[in-house]
Amino acid sequence: MTTPAASADATSPPATGPTTPASAPGPHSAPARTPGAARAVLKAEVRLFRREPGSLFWVLAFPTVLLVVLGSVPSFREAQDDLGGIRLVDAYVPVTVLLSMIMAGVQAMPPVITGYRERGILRRMSATPVRPTAVLGAQMGLHGAAALGSALLSLAVGRAVFDVPLPRQIFGYAVALVLAVASALALGALVSALSRTSKAATAVGSAVFFPMMFSAGVWLPVQAMPDTLAQVVEALPFGAAAEALNQAASGDWPGPAHLGVLVLWTAVLTTAAARWFRWE
Amino acid sequence: MPPPIIEVRDLRKVYGGRAVVDGVTFAVEQGEIFGVLGPNGAGKTTTVECVEGLRVPDVGAVRVAGLDPVADHAQVTRVLGAQLQESELQPKLTVREALELYAAFYTRPADWRPLAERLGLTDKLNTRFAKLSGGQKQRLFIALALIGSPRVVVLDELTTGLDPRARRDTWQLIEEVRDSGVTVLLVTHFMEEAQRLCDRIAVIDRGRVAALDTPAGLIGRSAGSTVISFTPSVPLTPADLAALPRLSSATEKDGRLTLNGTDATVDALLTLLARHRITAHQLRVTEATLDDAFLDLTTTSTPTPTPTEDHPTARSEGHPGGHAPTGGHPPTDSHDPTDAPAPTRPGHHGAPA
Repeated sequence: MTTPAASADATSPPATGPTTPASAPGPHSAPARTPGAARAVLKAEVRLFRREPGSLFWVLAFPTVLLVVLGSVPSFREAQDDLGGIRLVDAYVPVTVLLSMIMAGVQAMPPVITGYRERGILRRMSATPVRPTAVLGAQMGLHGAAALGSALLSLAVGRAVFDVPLPRQIFGYAVALVLAVASALALGALVSALSRTSKAATAVGSAVFFPMMFSAGVWLPVQAMPDTLAQVVEALPFGAAAEALNQAASGDWPGPAHLGVLVLWTAVLTTAAARWFRWE
Repeated sequence: MPPPIIEVRDLRKVYGGRAVVDGVTFAVEQGEIFGVLGPNGAGKTTTVECVEGLRVPDVGAVRVAGLDPVADHAQVTRVLGAQLQESELQPKLTVREALELYAAFYTRPADWRPLAERLGLTDKLNTRFAKLSGGQKQRLFIALALIGSPRVVVLDELTTGLDPRARRDTWQLIEEVRDSGVTVLLVTHFMEEAQRLCDRIAVIDRGRVAALDTPAGLIGRSAGSTVISFTPSVPLTPADLAALPRLSSATEKDGRLTLNGTDATVDALLTLLARHRITAHQLRVTEATLDDAFLDLTTTSTPTPTPTEDHPTARSEGHPGGHAPTGGHPPTDSHDPTDAPAPTRPGHHGAPA
């Protein structure tokens, strides 16, 4: 059973793009739209996000903490021949960057959105001039922003503490980052769509979480993986993202194949999420 | 007379092959408190969700201030404020934040400060939603329903789960809302609430409007609109009782007799008692409550024992026999007997009005 007004909008939350929360409201509220409504929703959701110490830690702090812990191991700071002469700590910066996205998109966001549906918060909003897509947009925007902030923190700490060079192809790196965040949020949206309760969302999120962490190279950076495994992993969103980030870090424009994989995953996951998402 | 603010015509909504709402028609006039009363599962909530534009009717038409709640959803949400059954807010959102947030949804919102004061929420403004009591949550939901300065509010099972004091406070608030010029559509399964608050009531049973009238009109329709209870000094014989005119039911418990009938029943009973020189101890003659009318109008989940000519007193549990002649009732019903008003009935009969 979908909310009628909302079901007409069902394609819009992910379709408008996870990184553009302000444009989330659907077509129904077009006449005499309240300009401050989407902003008020975003403001409220940001406040609520700040009241979740768990999410704050895992999304904003944990990836950088992991980088610092790994970087403190002396052998991680020695150049490795099988990594093409770079140090493990260099290889782990993009890994922790991706880890922040996986934490935000797949671990933190789905239980929130599913909980909002479970508690009838989205339904209650359907009875106001504001479409509940505004909440989904705000959630995606804010988790996306938190992931990017955490990624920048990893880069800054890597540079300041471990002398990890900043990405040389900045623009290419930014493109890869944004596409990676988009695919993480799309994956999270699909988890929210498929989970009936926030408990289920946490469970499904965790089930998805570990393969995604593996493909991002948390246990073994993608550069260090055997060729066959690397090929498989590069077909997954975070494997492709890891390769794209590495290329941009070393000064090349990210390979179109990697960016293409990210775009394709984002499109497929977004379509699936819009197809199966229920408002109640 | 201004046109009705809500019109529902031949509304029908089917889920899984079952018509949850099956041809409901009613109109709510401006400025009234209109009740939608019925057992659980009767289709009350589905009906008002069609009014709120949260569901699309399969058949029929709904108009709120002349607008279609589905096609003109955005405009309808500016005219109609809603409190939904079993909906919550973000657990860590404070009362103040909720009021500010919902005020931002409307182009011309009410000032939330006086609203919060009127609803007794001023000292709870910094309390998170999850920490509020049931009554406080409901008061906040009333505030949120009113914050867009609507012309009509829909309140669905507002007082379910509240303690008697909070319930009475909430009733007073609803009356104040109506007195401020807002039309109220009230969904409830509490008889007392409907009788106390509503100007008119649509009794919905199994997806249909079983009756639509004022509370007094509904009670008057009931076959046993007058309740007589007393403890006779000498037991009356079944034959005596059977001879009473317009008697719709008679029950006996611990020597105390409760009769449902009309004024004619009372007259005949007094004559009978005088003739047999029977004293009626603790005699009470009261008007029936909406409970009685409601039970007459709606189907029950248990088969009703058919009263026999010989032993009307044999029935110990009080279902007025008003519709007994219509024959046996199917024992299947979605309605939950624990929420049926039956347990409250003896109290009404025994107490002087």
